[in-house]
Amino acid sequence: MSQSHRIAGGQIERSKTLRFHFDGLPYQGHPGDTLASALLANGVQLMGRSFKYHRPRGPLSAGSEEPNALVELRTGGRQEPNTRATVAELYDGLEAKSQNRWPSLRFDAMGINDRLSTFFAAGFYYKTFMWPKSFWEKLYEPIIRRAAGLGSVSREEDPDEYEKGFLHCDLLVIGAGPAGLMAALTAGRAGARVVLADEDFRMGGRLNAETFAVGGKLGADWAAGVLAELSTLPNVRLMVRTTVIGAFDHGIYGAVERVSDHLAVPMAGKPRQVLWRIYSKRAILAAGATERPIAFENNDRPGIMLAGSLRAYANRWGVKAGERVAVFTNNDDGLRTAADLKAKGLEVVAVIDSRDGDEVIDTKGKLGLKSVTIRDSAGRTRTIGVDALGVSGGWNPNVNVHSHHRSRPVWNEEIAGFVPGADGPTGLLVAGAAAGGLSTHAALAQGQAQAIAALTDLGKTAKADSLPEAEDAPVRVTPLWHVHHGKGRAWIDQQNDVTVKDVKLAHQENFSSVEHLKRYTTLGMATDQGKTGNVIGLAVMAELTGRSIPETGTTIYRPPYTPVAMGTLAGRSRGTEFKPTRLTPSHHWAVEQGAFFVEVGMWLRTQWVPKSGETEWRQSVDREVLATRKSVGICDVTTLGKIDIQGTDAGAFLDKVYANTFSTVPVGKCRYGLVLREDGMVFDDGTTARMGENEYVMTTTTANAVTVFRHLEFCRQCLWPDMDVQLISTTEAWAQFSVAGPNARKLLEKVVDQDISDAAFPYMGAGNITVGGLRARLFRISFSGELAYEIAVPTRYGDALLREMLAKGAEFDPVVYGTEALGVMRIEKGHVAGGELNGQSTALNMGLGKMVSKKKDSIGMVLSQREGMVEENGYRLVGVKPVNPAAKLVAGSHFLEIGAAPVAANDGGWLTSKVYSPHLGCDIALGYLKGGDKKIGTRMRAVNLVGGLDTEVEIISPHMFDPEGERLRG
Amino acid sequence: MIIHHPILGPRDAQEFVYLGDESLIDRPDGMTAGIEAFHDYAYNRDNPAGAHRELWYHEQGDRSWLVVTRNTVTHEITKVELARDVARAKGRTK
Repeated sequence: MSQSHRIAGGQIERSKTLRFHFDGLPYQGHPGDTLASALLANGVQLMGRSFKYHRPRGPLSAGSEEPNALVELRTGGRQEPNTRATVAELYDGLEAKSQNRWPSLRFDAMGINDRLSTFFAAGFYYKTFMWPKSFWEKLYEPIIRRAAGLGSVSREEDPDEYEKGFLHCDLLVIGAGPAGLMAALTAGRAGARVVLADEDFRMGGRLNAETFAVGGKLGADWAAGVLAELSTLPNVRLMVRTTVIGAFDHGIYGAVERVSDHLAVPMAGKPRQVLWRIYSKRAILAAGATERPIAFENNDRPGIMLAGSLRAYANRWGVKAGERVAVFTNNDDGLRTAADLKAKGLEVVAVIDSRDGDEVIDTKGKLGLKSVTIRDSAGRTRTIGVDALGVSGGWNPNVNVHSHHRSRPVWNEEIAGFVPGADGPTGLLVAGAAAGGLSTHAALAQGQAQAIAALTDLGKTAKADSLPEAEDAPVRVTPLWHVHHGKGRAWIDQQNDVTVKDVKLAHQENFSSVEHLKRYTTLGMATDQGKTGNVIGLAVMAELTGRSIPETGTTIYRPPYTPVAMGTLAGRSRGTEFKPTRLTPSHHWAVEQGAFFVEVGMWLRTQWVPKSGETEWRQSVDREVLATRKSVGICDVTTLGKIDIQGTDAGAFLDKVYANTFSTVPVGKCRYGLVLREDGMVFDDGTTARMGENEYVMTTTTANAVTVFRHLEFCRQCLWPDMDVQLISTTEAWAQFSVAGPNARKLLEKVVDQDISDAAFPYMGAGNITVGGLRARLFRISFSGELAYEIAVPTRYGDALLREMLAKGAEFDPVVYGTEALGVMRIEKGHVAGGELNGQSTALNMGLGKMVSKKKDSIGMVLSQREGMVEENGYRLVGVKPVNPAAKLVAGSHFLEIGAAPVAANDGGWLTSKVYSPHLGCDIALGYLKGGDKKIGTRMRAVNLVGGLDTEVEIISPHMFDPEGERLRG
Repeated sequence: MIIHHPILGPRDAQEFVYLGDESLIDRPDGMTAGIEAFHDYAYNRDNPAGAHRELWYHEQGDRSWLVVTRNTVTHEITKVELARDVARAKGRTK
């Protein structure tokens, strides 16, 4: 394919040819091209379809403000929808597809929407799909979603990596046009640490797209010279392809660096993109300005472009967007386009200057511009054939980042645009076109001045070197927002298909504030966030309401400046790396056995350990339970939180944080305790041992290890700051195993060095022991209801201890059990855990009301006595088993009286946890039942409407196994 | 955000856990105050648009609880103190 529209000049590498495909057709371009410039060079203007009316569209711009030329880039897992062709850097083998069209871009069946446009005016959806209500979810929404919308996602996993990075600097300069370059140069020469970031792949900003001179040479060459100097300064970091997406608090800016988007596949070891967090002491916004169009009938045809973009394609990329071009402008900058194009040898057939009273009133050409109709000041109309039209309605300073902290831009009459207002982000200065200084001289001068101001503020000095000579042309703009003519549609926001008519309709329906206008018409929404359309929309609104633009006001901007891929925000936090994984000391042993694991917070715990021949999890779990209750079982309980508490006030401190009393626990003993929240709900439970006069070891649940420790620090520092008490989390320091079952003691006697007979180490005993000379801790506590101990050794010996116990205790046939068997045994014993400790339950609900001591002040004690929390018929923990032992129970089922209708009013409570008990030979459950303590022995139903289960159950004591506790004292 | 820790200097807010109003330090005594006082303590907070004294915990750091005076509108931080010092200044002891 020949590049039929390629002309001389431009910053492209003509010696190299890049091949690419658009909608399956092959084309060629050069390094330095964007997808849009390359397509235009090949004579392709049609690149997309509009959102609502499916109108054929070409690029409006040559930058990140692009509303129309959105394509799907790449294929498979790398496919990315809604990519702006105007900023997609061309690479060899690039594949792009147009979107929002069917069956093809040239013929789109949904183009029928365009003919039905009368129906699709602003508010159409709000008004039409009001009723019947039930139709919305099933009928209207799916249809609307299919018809509207932009690109599609591949649904395949993204194979690329994304990184997060952190940078610190004295001065962040946002944008590398003349203002940004001058600012970076001034600060860089002064020795400040500077980061200069630009979204383009070539720094220089507008200088790359212009023909005028800076400092006696071509602007682009001056920029290249500055960049060459900056690249030699070790204190300056140049970041191309890096978009500063937002200003956050305290000088922190977010930036996305597209490290590999200009390559077919990222280089080995390189991420696709990096999300930078830039900590800057000061920042300068030098983001330039964006040209805006003028609304006139059929102003959205492929071939109609912003005048400055038409000029950029010619100057920077050596591309003529058309053979015969016209320019429609309301300011002097439009005339520059005409002059530049002429100089490039293009045929400029008309310059329509609204300041002379001339206007474009209509255009023709379905898939590409064919002609424009012009009305002159005398009212005469004529139609001329053109295939490209440059439109300039003036330039809007890119104030976006400056308004991220809600600073409202203010109207500037001279340039007819909004400039940054007061109260921008602290430490952010604005320079150049972004500040309303639209000439090159103004940009250079302001860039230098703001850099000096920023450095002076930081106590550094920067020199004001003499500025290079540059044009300083006045703006000379006479606002023209939309051409008054006829009844056709004149587009304001091309991406959302918002026309002048829509704004009129919104006004007619009394949506007169700009914020309402935006929501009602969708003006300024979607991927371009109204970069070209917003100001025109509110200017039209101002005109309709008879108010000035400053009176009408403007919406403000939020981060991000341009769309950010979800993968970039996620960085490496995805898949198994979404969060850190913590492994237990027995993990490697368990992996060797082929164990199954379960995620518990960040921990990976052994869920069950299958033996050969076991094909179903229940077989393994039942075996583990039965073997433990018959002889001995070992379970890794390292994940439980452990906190060492020391100090002369340790006991008094625990009395404050536990609902029950711990200062009276004798040295060498444990006690089970309940921690309440101040609102009286149970926060956590666990056993705490007194290891010495002023030394306790507290345990928490796995889930609350971090939050209990945080709470304890709060109590210690904020509530009782003078208590002599010190805390340290030792969860990671000790490997801890539960050894449970009738032979638990016999097994442990084989490994510990001390006498642990019942007399020497009675039930609830605790102490420091040794294991083959190694320091260890032993607690005689039980979660399973069996004679049980928990033994702890320094973490690095955990694996060895487990293997030693299994080897030395082999005669007792020990089993290692996982969390499932643990759950079975604790439910058989009626011990509360996750399902019961749900943050909405009191000690009384759990049947532990007597544990809350009223003889001392403790967190939650007072509010646990509130009316409503001490109700006679409140929820009480009960045990549940089905009347028919073969029947199934499901956790979450609700209690209903026999014969009661399954409605909320009859709800008696719910099943919190359920397991199959191999001892009772049936499903068993725990549950919270209203007045449950008085219903033991009665029958109810456990109803699960979702699963279609309605099971008659017997309410029993939660202590379903060995209720007298004879086994654990054995 | 950046919090200027009185001991450790400027630290990123991501290292901290936010709790809420500094008034959580003013816990009534459970043996003398009643349910009403505790209800106010546990549930009632001012929600100012402006300066707000609030508790932050340096969990990924030295475990200090801090009282941070932050403007809820601008996020400007004007003062950072150790919560223990604030608690003592309020007369809290054991």
